[in-house]
Amino acid sequence: MSDEVEEVDHSRRRLLTAATVGTGVIGAAFAAIPFLASWKPSTRAKALGAPVEVDASKLEAGQMLKVVWRGQAVFVVRRVKAAVDQLGGHDAMLADPASIDSTQPDYIKASGAARARNPEYWVGLAVCTHLGCSPLGAFAPNDSFQVVGADLGANWPGGFYCPCHGSKYDLSGRVFKSMPAPKNLAVPPYAIGANSRIVIGVDDAPKTVS
Amino acid sequence: MAAAPESAGTGKGLIGWIDQRFPLTKLWKEQVSEYYAPKNFNIWYYFGVLSLVVLVNQLVTGIFLTMSYKPSAAEAFASVEYIMRDVEWGWLIRYMHSTGASAFFIVVYLHMFRALLYGSARKPRELLWIFGVLIYVLLMAEAFMGYVLPWGNMSYWGAQVIVSLFSSLPVIGATLVEWIRGDYNIADPTLNRFFALHVAALPLALIFLVVAHLMALHEVGSNNPDGIDIHKYQDAKGHPLDGVPFHPYYTVKDSVGIAAFLLIFAAVIFFAPNFFGLFLESNNFEPANPLQTPPDITPVWYFTPFYAMLRAVPSAFGTQVWGVLVMGGAIVVLFFVPWLDKSPVRSIRYKGPIYKIMLALFSVSFIILAVCGMNPPSGIYPLLARVCTAIYFAFFLLMPWYTKIDSVKPVPERVTGHA
Repeated sequence: MSDEVEEVDHSRRRLLTAATVGTGVIGAAFAAIPFLASWKPSTRAKALGAPVEVDASKLEAGQMLKVVWRGQAVFVVRRVKAAVDQLGGHDAMLADPASIDSTQPDYIKASGAARARNPEYWVGLAVCTHLGCSPLGAFAPNDSFQVVGADLGANWPGGFYCPCHGSKYDLSGRVFKSMPAPKNLAVPPYAIGANSRIVIGVDDAPKTVS
Repeated sequence: MAAAPESAGTGKGLIGWIDQRFPLTKLWKEQVSEYYAPKNFNIWYYFGVLSLVVLVNQLVTGIFLTMSYKPSAAEAFASVEYIMRDVEWGWLIRYMHSTGASAFFIVVYLHMFRALLYGSARKPRELLWIFGVLIYVLLMAEAFMGYVLPWGNMSYWGAQVIVSLFSSLPVIGATLVEWIRGDYNIADPTLNRFFALHVAALPLALIFLVVAHLMALHEVGSNNPDGIDIHKYQDAKGHPLDGVPFHPYYTVKDSVGIAAFLLIFAAVIFFAPNFFGLFLESNNFEPANPLQTPPDITPVWYFTPFYAMLRAVPSAFGTQVWGVLVMGGAIVVLFFVPWLDKSPVRSIRYKGPIYKIMLALFSVSFIILAVCGMNPPSGIYPLLARVCTAIYFAFFLLMPWYTKIDSVKPVPERVTGHA
């Protein structure tokens, strides 16, 4: 080997080092994708999240049904007519009366105070918008929740009450003012087919062969 | 014979053979028998070694629990009951693990309080403190995921509440939550991945950080109740006059502390393993039920101060992200403690009355917050939680000012005490 110290082109060396590191980082980022993506809902979880059909005609007025869709409880309430009629009367007490900031399909938002495809049936997620607890339902002014320490007041018009942190909702799942919950109860996409058959998880009722 | 590296030992026998190939004696001397610790350590200095003892307890009992536990939504709850009833000594191993979780937080909180007492986070120990806070953050993640594993109803709904916190983040919230859960709700995949993180990923990261924490400690040397540098006065050999070798002095002293701790630890395991519903909550003795929220969701005691802060903040502008930010901020602010304290002295012994009052207010607020977090948010509790949250943040965020104007006492040249 020659004793002469050859002139080292440092800028060339730096460029090559940077290019190698850059390529390595990009490669590592791509290699991370399968691992990160493995955390997404699997095909089985997606399949189990298929639409659910409910025969709501079996509900009496004033009764409520809880069904499971995608592992979440969904309320199906058959409201008495008197309760539906007074729904628009307490907008001033609500945080989001027109459901502007809340989660629901457009056709529910357009339905106003009823928040339903058919005012008689109310469908909504049984998940408090505060921290995901399951609210309780009481649909008449005198209905008791039997929750210790839950003072619902004399003017309680009926609706939902979350036992975790005390959020109150009306019969359309609209949250009252100054509650821990920021939004109204979410309404999932659903359709009402023939004979009050409610299909939760789709926007359009399945075509029935006649 | 080829020349051995200079650092390799020259001893004879088995140790000599090892020393030529691995720095065994060198490590022992540097880290233990010739690591000089201040001779004036008081009772507050037990909690570091005690957290190490609890870590070992958690690792050993945890390994044995995985041998009988089934990480699936269908089997988890029953497998925990199986451990409790059918596995020989299974109840003891599980109670050691569940009591160990609470003991971990007790000793870690006292260990952190010690640092606030004696200014142990101050220069040059900033990185040591940061490693410590990182350990605390990982410990919370570890404890949360461990709490989900028995798949009781409180496990389920606790996971629901904590994972939902991420949904308040703008734009990415909903996708992020679905990614964490691996399903449209807390379900089998969530339990399975929390198990993997709880038994493999997080313990590995914890051990790594504990090693880094100890390396940083042994690099800069231990602080002491006087908060002064013991290396200023050294003997002829260069050892600090106010220091004693960790072994045998502190190994022996610590063994007394460990014995006292184990006495209390064993008493809890044998006589009050649930600790009146604080260590194991009664709602968690029924299986997870996605359709039925427990009447009142409360986290385990060590999270309740932060849970109270979360609930103390009302939602505004259509989002409840503010409470999450306040709760996160309460942890993040800890990282800045080394730079927030502007006092010319480290130890509370030489600090003025303002720091003493602030630290006392802070400690009382933290305990009141813990109580608020255990109780339903009605009556006096929301107001108390708000006031105490304000004091918590005032303690840290006003520290640069009140430590500057506070009076100080003269700091001694050598450590005090009768040692």
